[in-house]
Amino acid sequence: MENIAKKLIRHLVLASSLLGFPLVASAADGMTILQKDCVTCHNLKGPAPQTLQALWDRKGPDLFYAGNKYRREWLVEWLQKPQRIRPAGEFYEKHIKPGAKRDEVDATTLENHVALPKDDAIAVADELMKLKPRDDLIAKEKITPGTISKQMGEMVFDKFQGCMACHLIEPDYGGLSGPEVYTAGKRLQAEYMASYIRSPQAWDPLIWMPNKHVSDGNIQKLVDYLELLSKESGNEK
Amino acid sequence: MKNSKIILLLAAMFLAASAQAKETPADNYKTYCVECHGMQGNGKGVNIRDMSVQPRDHTDAKAMSTRSDAELFKVIKEGGLSINKSVLMPPWGDTLSDDEIRDMTQYLRTLCKCKFGP
Repeated sequence: MENIAKKLIRHLVLASSLLGFPLVASAADGMTILQKDCVTCHNLKGPAPQTLQALWDRKGPDLFYAGNKYRREWLVEWLQKPQRIRPAGEFYEKHIKPGAKRDEVDATTLENHVALPKDDAIAVADELMKLKPRDDLIAKEKITPGTISKQMGEMVFDKFQGCMACHLIEPDYGGLSGPEVYTAGKRLQAEYMASYIRSPQAWDPLIWMPNKHVSDGNIQKLVDYLELLSKESGNEK
Repeated sequence: MKNSKIILLLAAMFLAASAQAKETPADNYKTYCVECHGMQGNGKGVNIRDMSVQPRDHTDAKAMSTRSDAELFKVIKEGGLSINKSVLMPPWGDTLSDDEIRDMTQYLRTLCKCKFGP
């Protein structure tokens, strides 16, 4: 009886690998990698920090709503070739020091993200995309694919809303305490960007991004602008 | 008997801690203000290089004494535009409670070592 079961499993594994689907291993591997290598810096279960101390202790972005946030294809690519998204790391204040003209990022305190082999990146991305506890927030957003001129987008982003105070809109222009936004359109789902701009606190109650009560019209314009930025050459990552 | 007293004491401490959602102004400053106003409160934050308007130097007693506590409260809660200043100063009303903002205005007075008025 035991032998028959073993044979059956062997055949199934062989069949699935011949078909190109490593059925038995894939899903488990993604979670195993996450549990083993990612949890020391990323929160996979929630909730987001509830005290400033917990906020300061956070070493990387929370991933418990990764499936509501990221684009899968970006995750697969980035995990194999990670590039810094937060110029001053997380928590930003731990990675700055007073400089001659202004506070500066202290690069010696920043650590690079580990790179994963392709199969692992795919398995981890697939597992992360299953984490969708905030479908309710996403469902509230009505974003329609649109276009905007760079000039108008910049006007809304820089002049009307002042977002460039904290975000880089190109590799060397803008603020440093928030994540760069010139790859945001490739990195993030449109509805997530809209929802986060509408209320950063709905996602992360103590985050140092303020709620600017941006109108629906301007949220649409900002999302269009961020998508435009990520398509520009020179902003490729 | 002794154990139950300890449990009661621990429970009271826990309740006191959880009721105290308010953070200190110094901790709030470090989290939300330092990015632009700087680690030393001198307006030289890590974000300022490309800003069209530079953040207020909170250690500048002369400039800070021209702002009343009410004005400081308003600009923190509602942002720069609310007092005809820059959009780059955002509203923090959805981040900090009114109590925390009041505490922050007093904290700013300790940074500038100044009061409102000449």
